[in-house]
Amino acid sequence: MEFFIGLWEALPDGLQTVIWILLKIIAIILPLMICVAYYTYAERKVIGYMQVRVGPNRVGPKGWLQPIADAVKLMFKEIIIPSNANKALFLIAPAITLGPALAAWAVFPFDEELVLADINAGLLYILALTSVGVYGVIIAGWASNSKYAFLGAMRSAAQIVAYEIAMGFALVGVLVAAGSLNLGDIVRAQSGNGGLFSWFWLPLLPLFGVYVISGVAETNRAPFDVAEGESEIVAGFHIDYSGMAFAAFFLAEYANMILIAALSAIMFMGGWLSPFQGWPILGPLFDWVPGFVWLVLKTGLFAFLFLWLRATFPRYRYDQIMRLGWKVFIPITIVWIAVVGLAVVYQLPWWFD
Amino acid sequence: MLENYLPILIFLAIAFVMGGVVIGMGFLLGTRKPDNEKLSPYECGFEAFEDARMKFDVRYYLVAILFIIFDLEIAFLFPWAVVLDEIGMVGFIAMMVFLGVLVIGFVYEWKKGALEWE
Repeated sequence: MEFFIGLWEALPDGLQTVIWILLKIIAIILPLMICVAYYTYAERKVIGYMQVRVGPNRVGPKGWLQPIADAVKLMFKEIIIPSNANKALFLIAPAITLGPALAAWAVFPFDEELVLADINAGLLYILALTSVGVYGVIIAGWASNSKYAFLGAMRSAAQIVAYEIAMGFALVGVLVAAGSLNLGDIVRAQSGNGGLFSWFWLPLLPLFGVYVISGVAETNRAPFDVAEGESEIVAGFHIDYSGMAFAAFFLAEYANMILIAALSAIMFMGGWLSPFQGWPILGPLFDWVPGFVWLVLKTGLFAFLFLWLRATFPRYRYDQIMRLGWKVFIPITIVWIAVVGLAVVYQLPWWFD
Repeated sequence: MLENYLPILIFLAIAFVMGGVVIGMGFLLGTRKPDNEKLSPYECGFEAFEDARMKFDVRYYLVAILFIIFDLEIAFLFPWAVVLDEIGMVGFIAMMVFLGVLVIGFVYEWKKGALEWE
């Protein structure tokens, strides 16, 4: 033990910082990966029960080892590189998709002080990184040199791009209300004596709805999953991918879903704040609950909502998706930005004073 | 100030390396038995009969162009949104004029049918 302490102190300061950062990053990525694995399990179980089946229940007790078994299976599968494909691009695409889905968590506040990089431009960074994901999709579709992949990539890119605008406008509404790009400050702006009624979901209700629905569309999830559209173009942009290359897309999709769920919790549902903050009896009663637990509960709520939507709604037609994005969401968000802007300028009581 | 960005740089590097590691692991552990049929692009059992880089609908270009306009708009809105409570009514009106110009363009596109997908 003393040997290690001595070794640690012998290291130069710069290296010590870097090692600390590396450890923190591992402390974020590792739980995230486990969450992703068990989110796939939760998805199959939840949808199973919604369709009156039991879902996976063979591997391990009650099927708990199913995601592990899936991962091991994918690891030992062959990665097929089609002979017509652009080989370099074909292999870069999954990494480009997975990278941003993980890196976006760098600025995410898990609790009052629990954040890896507390930067001013947090939200801008997240918006930028989530936009990079679309490159992975389009490069994958192009490099595969297969008709289904190409069609899937075109559809997916146009859809992601369309909903990103609605999403961006919704974020602008949050920024106007919070007056900061820092995610921690956005949460702090939501604390108040009204508990869950001080959060932004109430004054920004239209933007909240637009953000969550756009989030579903951004991640190409049902009911907006025409990019995959297994009844028409089989699997969309990742049709020619197999083994771990496919797994990278899969991981990225689920990591993105968790990210969108967590961001909704941060920006509209008060992040780590207790829903009973400032309430007469319930407030003090729940004071002992750590903020992190609230955040996880809220994120879980949205994550469950994604699965619920998938089990409930039939797939949208492509023209319906584009109409919803361009003709419904963008006008709603522009109008509501003006409303929130006025509320902030006139310092309307309750939320913006 | 700037040292806050060091973790981000490292995180970015690790995230992309992770992507590489995932695929590398697949190559390391997976089998490799390629044959001609397996490596042909998947087309539901048909022989692929022409190049996949085919003509596609011009509306995808339109969407891309519209996206650039609106995304730039959002980029302009970000700094305005952060300081709105300091610049007050003047800033608000200025941005509404800017937004108004964009909305006029948006209405024009709409009427022209650039947003129709039937």
